[in-house]
Amino acid sequence: MRFGLNRIDRVGVVVALIAAYGLVAPFALFRANRIVQGEGRSLFSALPPSLGAILLVLSAIAIVMALLRLPLFLKLLASLVMLAVLAFAIGNAAGFLTPEGNNYARVSPGSGFWLLSAAFALLATDCLARLRPPPWMRIAILTAIIAAIAFVLASGLWDGLSILKEYSSRADTFWLEAGRHVTLALGSLAVAAVVGIPLGILCHRVEPARSAILNLLNIVQTIPSIALFGILIGPLSWVAANVPGAADLGIRGIGMAPAFLALFLYSLLPMVANTVGGLAGVPAEANDAARGVGMTDRQRLTQVELPLAFPVILTGIRIVLVQNIGLATIAALIGGGGFGVFVFQGLGQTAMDLVLLGAVPTVTMAFAAAVILDAIVELVAPANAGSGTGRKEATA
Amino acid sequence: MRVGLSFLIRLAVLLALATFLARPEWFASLLRPLTENGAPPVYVQASLLSLTISHLLMVFAATIASTLVAVGLAILVTRESGREFLPLSRSLVNIGQTFPPVAVLALAVPMLGFGTWPTLIALFLYGLLPIFENTLTGLTTLPGPVMEAARGTGMTGWQRLIKVELPLAFPLILGGIRLSIVISLATATIGSTVAARTLGEVIIAGLQSNNLAFILQGGVVVAALAVLIYDTLVFAERLAAQRTGLNRTA
Amino acid sequence: MIEIDAISKAYGDVTVVDNVSMTIDAGSITVIVGTSGSGKTTLLRMINRLVEPTRGTIRIDGEDNGAIAPHELRRRIGYAIQGHGLFPHRTVAENIATVPKLLGWPQDRIDARVEELLKLFQLDPVAFGPRFPHELSGGQSQRVGVARALAAEPNLLLMDEPFGALDPVIRAKAQDDLLAIQKHFGTTIILVTHDMEEAFGLADRIAVMDGGRLLQYATPTEMLANPATDFVASLIGTAERPFRLLALNPVEKAMEPGVAEGEPISGEASQRDALAELLWSGRPALPVTGKDGIVAGRVTVDSLLKQARPA
Repeated sequence: MRFGLNRIDRVGVVVALIAAYGLVAPFALFRANRIVQGEGRSLFSALPPSLGAILLVLSAIAIVMALLRLPLFLKLLASLVMLAVLAFAIGNAAGFLTPEGNNYARVSPGSGFWLLSAAFALLATDCLARLRPPPWMRIAILTAIIAAIAFVLASGLWDGLSILKEYSSRADTFWLEAGRHVTLALGSLAVAAVVGIPLGILCHRVEPARSAILNLLNIVQTIPSIALFGILIGPLSWVAANVPGAADLGIRGIGMAPAFLALFLYSLLPMVANTVGGLAGVPAEANDAARGVGMTDRQRLTQVELPLAFPVILTGIRIVLVQNIGLATIAALIGGGGFGVFVFQGLGQTAMDLVLLGAVPTVTMAFAAAVILDAIVELVAPANAGSGTGRKEATA
Repeated sequence: MRVGLSFLIRLAVLLALATFLARPEWFASLLRPLTENGAPPVYVQASLLSLTISHLLMVFAATIASTLVAVGLAILVTRESGREFLPLSRSLVNIGQTFPPVAVLALAVPMLGFGTWPTLIALFLYGLLPIFENTLTGLTTLPGPVMEAARGTGMTGWQRLIKVELPLAFPLILGGIRLSIVISLATATIGSTVAARTLGEVIIAGLQSNNLAFILQGGVVVAALAVLIYDTLVFAERLAAQRTGLNRTA
Repeated sequence: MIEIDAISKAYGDVTVVDNVSMTIDAGSITVIVGTSGSGKTTLLRMINRLVEPTRGTIRIDGEDNGAIAPHELRRRIGYAIQGHGLFPHRTVAENIATVPKLLGWPQDRIDARVEELLKLFQLDPVAFGPRFPHELSGGQSQRVGVARALAAEPNLLLMDEPFGALDPVIRAKAQDDLLAIQKHFGTTIILVTHDMEEAFGLADRIAVMDGGRLLQYATPTEMLANPATDFVASLIGTAERPFRLLALNPVEKAMEPGVAEGEPISGEASQRDALAELLWSGRPALPVTGKDGIVAGRVTVDSLLKQARPA
């Protein structure tokens, strides 16, 4: 009996419980139109009987595999296969449930689908966390998953799902807002890096400037994002109205300009703080040696300090990028565009599919950015991996 | 002397904040230049004081719940019986941190509807992460000789946790709570987009009616609360860290 | 009396302690020496079950240590480690009181014991009791660490490189203090070190370990005369042998009747110290004082040189 218990994987128990509940919960939601309450459809009423049976059997096999102490790559494979099967099944459910020629009906994934997906995503995450794949492998896995999702989207398999129906009626705006979102997040990051890194070097070299600048930036971080976006409307309208040529450059009181400026201000603290932290973390012996061999201050900075501080500075960039992708959603409140447009429109119309159309790409982008930059940070700092003194503070 | 000065500044901020919340109309003339077309300079649809109290209550309720759950989970995954969950929980925390607060809030609405609950849940979930991460760091980076001595003196697992591990991790746990509160104070303002009663209401009213005075007063009150709470907790952490003599703060 | 009976510890395929048997007399100081990875620390930690043995038994005063709950066993055995391991969030007095508290001693007995130990370790109870570990010097922390290990009046004290982190001057003082305290309480001490000098300075018996095996377990004098293996000999250091032997015996054993000029030396000092003094001052003989401080005879270079060879 003890032998038997030892062969059970405890994480597998959690996965199995979630998945088992997922199998009995409604697999898909059917709604007569986009804003009424949905009614749940179970696995067998949402799918053709043969497909429902296949999904049930495959789930059972995967659950048993999750429970046993099998080689991790085998479990990883099982969880990825299950996620692919679920992706296929939910696309099928949409076609199966939508009456022929009905354009108002909406089919969306139900709690059963989400729980099953969560269970197997959890299993995949656990396997990956225990396997500790090297950085390039993580980027490869991410790329493969994104390619797979892109393929499914292009194949039209999911076209019957409510979130894609929302997309198809807004395809043009979607890509326009996506472009704005990326511009806001990446553009403000670029400017923050160009300003923040030199500012960080200044803080490192000039003691009195350090606490003053860092305190000021800390206070900026405490201002709630929706307020900061709003507060900047005033000064920018004044600039647009009174500085010749400013309006021609696109500077206006509302729109992208205040959003861009607000994101830039939020980005400064992690940039400056990580630059200061990285430079402060340079070993005193390295600095001594650099002085000892006769380097000038400038040579010491470019040849010793900055290369050694680089991984920490890169960690700052990672924090800023993930934070900006999330914060850029707020820009929609002041007419700055971005995926937030769909989130807030959706909240206003109580159309949750529209909320998801904005939220899902945002979360995906933030997640992908985190995976890629974490991998890069690890690649540039193989020797002192994990020594980053990154401040992982987020702002709402 | 410098300590005295910065303390006086904070005291002044506290007094100004209290005065503004109790008698916002006294500040009307100050805020009037920020309004256009004779719009009201002070938000009157609801009392600022009651909005502030509701805002703080939400943040504190969510933080208390986050603290209990996050510390409990961190203890669980650092015990022998829960160690299998450690890699997974670490990854989940990392993934969770990439979720933008707005998205957490928006995704909570389909499940919970509009109002206080989705905001509370979003604050709770988002607040878990820094506390869990800090508690985990605190419990997994205890000095080896101290843990060796704790076993060597004959403490049971429970006694080690209560008498040594948690007290030594305490400053870091407090640091996690501080990050969590500051994030929640700001995130709660966004809660007003899903009809929660917070100071975000004032800011959003300002955005909708193009009234800079509203935006400013909502934003500054939240920022002042955040700075004051942040500094108080930093002070508490320093005291706690001094007592543990380990100088470990977040 | 500690009886270690055919004890082994393996981690997977790697055997770190291999079938070690030894008997340790009550009230003695036994020093286990070896290079790092020799298994000496693992052997020590199996005595208070911080490591569970794979095979074999350890009996303490006839009682199998595997039959006692680990935490209760550890409360009976003192344990001091390198870097002292003081609880940083507790005061010196609270640290020392750890085990008595766990045992549920009444508070006044705990207070009295803490005060007694602090005084014994030359730390003023009023000044040091309320301090936190980070306010202590290395030597003070080490003393508090040993005081904590002795707090519950254990018959047995295990020490793992207790002086490893101290600088040479403080280390020598700490070793002298340990000898005095061992004499005071009569505690059985088992101490692990990689420092041969320390082993010869403290031990009644020395156990040499290498690759998990016990190579030799003997008194220092025996070990100098007949090292069991080349490894033991190299650990002692061939060039060091005469001086180690001299260091083990007091001057009075080489004393002869007669008179000598100059500053006298105590009969209790080591013969090595006497030889060093003779060589340095260029004198042929030193006057030797007895316990009463009165000159009782003399010691010469020749008589010392005879002592520097195994009998």
